[in-house]
Amino acid sequence: MDSAHALAAGSSSLLVWLIALPALGAAILLLGGRRTDKWGHVLATGLSGGSFVVGIVELIRMLGRSGENRGVSQHLFTWISVGHFNIEAGLLLDQLSICFVLLITGVGTLIHIYSITYMEHDLDRRRFFAYLNFFIAAMLLLVLGNSYLNLYVGWEGVGLASYLLIGFWNQKPVYATAAKKAFVANRVGDFGLSIAIMIAFATFGSVSFDGVAAGAGKLANLNSGALTAMGAMLLLAAAGKSAQFPLQSWLGDAMAGPTPVSALIHAATMVTAGVYLITRSNFVFDRAPTAQLLVVIVGVITLLFGAVIGTAKDDIKKALAASTMSQIGYMILAAGLGPAGYAFAIMHLLTHGFFKAGMFLGAGSVMHGMNDEVDMRRYGALRKFMPATFVTFGLGYLAIIGVPPFSGFYSKDKIIEAAFNAGGARGLIIGSAALLGAAITAFYMTRVMIMTFFGKARWAEGTHPHESGKLMVVPMVILAIGSVGAGALLSIGSSLKNWLEPVVSRGFVEPTPRLSPLLVSTLAIGAVALGVLIAYLKYVRQPIPELAPTDVSIFTRAARRDLYQDAFNESVFMRPGQYLTRSLGFLDRVFIDGAVNGIGALFGGTSVRARRLQTGYVRTYSLFILGGAAILVAAMLAARL
Amino acid sequence: MFPWLTTLGLIPLIGSGVIALLPKGRDLLAKQVALAISLVALLVSLLMLADFQKNSGGLQLVESHNWIASFGIKYAVGVDGIALLLILLATILAPIVILASWNEAENGRFSVKAFFALILILEAFMVGVFAATDVFLFYVFFEAMLIPVYFLIGSFGGTQRSYAAVKFLLYSLFGGLLMLAAVIALYVISKDQFGAGTFDITALTKLHIGVQLQRWLFLGFFIAFAIKAPLWPFHTWLPDAVAAATPGTAVLLVGVLDKVGTFGMLRYALPLFPDAAKFFTPAIIVLSIISVIYGALLAIGQTDIKRLIAFTSISHFGFITLGIFAMTSQGLSGATLYMVNHGFSTAALFLIAGWMISRRKSSLISDFGGLQRVTPVMAWTFFIAGMSALALPGLSSFVSEFLVLVGTFTRYPWAAIIATVGIILAALYVLILVQRSLHGPIAPGNENLPDLSRREKYAIAPVLAVIIVLGFFPKPLLDVINPTVVQTMQVVGVTDPAPTGGK
Repeated sequence: MDSAHALAAGSSSLLVWLIALPALGAAILLLGGRRTDKWGHVLATGLSGGSFVVGIVELIRMLGRSGENRGVSQHLFTWISVGHFNIEAGLLLDQLSICFVLLITGVGTLIHIYSITYMEHDLDRRRFFAYLNFFIAAMLLLVLGNSYLNLYVGWEGVGLASYLLIGFWNQKPVYATAAKKAFVANRVGDFGLSIAIMIAFATFGSVSFDGVAAGAGKLANLNSGALTAMGAMLLLAAAGKSAQFPLQSWLGDAMAGPTPVSALIHAATMVTAGVYLITRSNFVFDRAPTAQLLVVIVGVITLLFGAVIGTAKDDIKKALAASTMSQIGYMILAAGLGPAGYAFAIMHLLTHGFFKAGMFLGAGSVMHGMNDEVDMRRYGALRKFMPATFVTFGLGYLAIIGVPPFSGFYSKDKIIEAAFNAGGARGLIIGSAALLGAAITAFYMTRVMIMTFFGKARWAEGTHPHESGKLMVVPMVILAIGSVGAGALLSIGSSLKNWLEPVVSRGFVEPTPRLSPLLVSTLAIGAVALGVLIAYLKYVRQPIPELAPTDVSIFTRAARRDLYQDAFNESVFMRPGQYLTRSLGFLDRVFIDGAVNGIGALFGGTSVRARRLQTGYVRTYSLFILGGAAILVAAMLAARL
Repeated sequence: MFPWLTTLGLIPLIGSGVIALLPKGRDLLAKQVALAISLVALLVSLLMLADFQKNSGGLQLVESHNWIASFGIKYAVGVDGIALLLILLATILAPIVILASWNEAENGRFSVKAFFALILILEAFMVGVFAATDVFLFYVFFEAMLIPVYFLIGSFGGTQRSYAAVKFLLYSLFGGLLMLAAVIALYVISKDQFGAGTFDITALTKLHIGVQLQRWLFLGFFIAFAIKAPLWPFHTWLPDAVAAATPGTAVLLVGVLDKVGTFGMLRYALPLFPDAAKFFTPAIIVLSIISVIYGALLAIGQTDIKRLIAFTSISHFGFITLGIFAMTSQGLSGATLYMVNHGFSTAALFLIAGWMISRRKSSLISDFGGLQRVTPVMAWTFFIAGMSALALPGLSSFVSEFLVLVGTFTRYPWAAIIATVGIILAALYVLILVQRSLHGPIAPGNENLPDLSRREKYAIAPVLAVIIVLGFFPKPLLDVINPTVVQTMQVVGVTDPAPTGGK
């Protein structure tokens, strides 16, 4: 592979506007304050849309160039320059980042539109739109930065946006805590990203994608310590941002944010940044098989972990969040497969962006019509009352469980296939895990579907479900269209794969498949059918109690408690940490400060008087110290002369 | 050439005299005069930039006059890029502190005008200590600074002010006198080697000092600076001093004055005793890492806002000394930039925390809550200050912190990795503080707190603007710092490690 190939061939002065437009929106809305209340949401939506238009223009230009010359860059200014550490603020738009640009601005704009109605009665709607614009800008910086350090700015920027939006209603202590938890978990990941950047600089003298790719390309042997360590640290970063094991625990709590936020940030875009990071760093991972194996392991664990949690959640948003975790697990798994999987990771990321965002908006629509109820045990029979929501959500459902020809079928099927093709026992294990995940996905999503839209109404008293307004329905419809068609569009003729090839898998020759694609598809569809059937038997043939049953198996209990991830973190990190900070505070006062005061008391005479330090003692102390210094000087002079 | 530095020192000094001469009871006039004087000093310091050549690493704007000729002591001043920025930090923060402290001096042991006169005296001494190029003169300013600070804390602070002021003074005196011993020894050695004794810093770096003696002298300087900085385990005076001091005093103390410690390490301890510095580097790296982690852990456990901020500073000073003793260009430039950035960041934290405390009449974090609803502007400014403290990328502190880390990593990877844990802890102490004070339901007693006044907004806006602008454009500062760092590295005799290439 020719990794030294520069990622950008030309330049474009438009790139900065992708970020500048929404950033400007955020600045105007935040600094303008209440004066912008009346029109702020329109401005924010317009600017997000403007950014999308710039993205389309760049796409058209890109299509006009040949494969190797599609990347463009823009130099903005010198950011940091010390010794060999030279960081330009520069942007890079290539075949990989354009996918993200269109996803972020496209889905982002739809969610802006949806939020106009969804947040209509919130006193702080303007602030909400300011944060949304800020998020779009930061996310675009994340995918457009041409170096790891530029990416880092966007990386923490989206973390901040996520924090602000999860805690948008932070007057509720639980929500404020959820926001803090997300930030801290992300910071653990950021620790990894920081170290990865340091390794890159210490090893290659550069932290730009071009520079690291060139340096890694010169390494003759695989698995150099530096690359493996860098890969592992990048994986830690990805785990934090993308809610992967063992840093996944924040995502469920993040559902405290308003539902459009869950759709945009915690489903379609930000949480997939880890997949971007790994795919972008293909030049590192392709030469560090050990790190790649770690990626695969994390992906497999998380895809099962999330799926299992998803089976036990009664809160519709938390069920969808668990599902997001699981679906990103698929993407991480695919990215860990190297050139054979990058394109499928991105494909699943894009289709997931459509169907999961659509389903979250659907969930928001349901909540909107149900007095903000989130407990699916108090839903039921909503298909008659919210037909548009039902149909759009239903299409997303068919997509996520992987029914052909909906989009999720293409993308997930490819991942399962690639997993089996990894070969040997490894291929068999991860392929089977991916199949099992597909079955569980079908089960828990069918459960969500049945509990929400079918069966008997189990509504709380005084609930009058109704379909949401046009501004909410239209984005749901558009996303549903994507859920239906995106997979075929990206998959047939390997269009996305060929598109990304110059960036992520140049010169990669696909091995002959170990299992026939048809067999894999059949197995996958079989697994899905099994999952649906079990859910049908369990939730259609039996009545759904309005209160969650308590006499459940130990597995359900564990899944309800997120497989004890919080309990683990609390007992291993939080409580010992609190104990540590408290005891250190005590030691600081008693020992370190005590020693100092003790010495003071020794000089001053009695400790009782020392505690009542008065100006008189300053003289005493000074005299003693001066005397000491004089003796010291004398001693030194004596030694010298 | 125009004596910029002397002028800059004299303006606040004369200003303080003018204020002292004002008739009794004219408090408002005293404040206005103080503000005007500090603004004039700021203006002069900005004009001074025109005569500063940014590409040169050596001393500039030098002035030298005999003072005590029989001992070779001179009134000699001059600045390199590092000293220049720290002087600018002092002249920028002084008017901000004066404006922010408008109503902070009413309950002091002395009059209001004394408070503002002391602030100006302190400003003058800070200019002096950073500008001095004669080691004895430096020592004089180093000790002289204690006087205004002692009275500022002891006379205008909170309940524990006497205890805190005395503790501060004793710690500093102890360190200062160790340094004095080393200074005198330097003089004796220079007399030995040059024939005539001198305190000139440039001349003194050419001394050949035996290994054993070098180590002792290094420790004399280093302990004085480590107390000032403050480095673990010399830190316990800081939380007490800061908790007792008015917010304005705390800003000048932690934001500027304590930088004398880290500045001294760079300007004096490293170039004068390079071999000893290298000998002690492993130990100092360890102390720095302990400071980073220990300060952060203690910050997490604090219940008092000001003490919390004090411990964050201990953590941040750990980063600064780490960067200095990593002895790479990124570490040294990062540490210098950190000194400036920390000055602004900590100024924002202390000033806003001070306004919160004076409104609520309590500094306990648990007495706050829900301020985002009651005082949105104050809450926002505090939030941004907090983000700066946790070094969010895009804000100035990120650039310096990352430079320190990356500069440390190239030489001491494990030290950098442990210090990076500090960024997780920083998220904890900032977000816990933010959650308890700004989020949640409105705590009883907070319902009617007024938001920031116009005066307060004018005081804090420039600080926040600097924090944001320097996050994206640190270049003007780095352009001034880098040549000086290159020169320091030459004097000490170190070069950056080359990229390993991953073999």
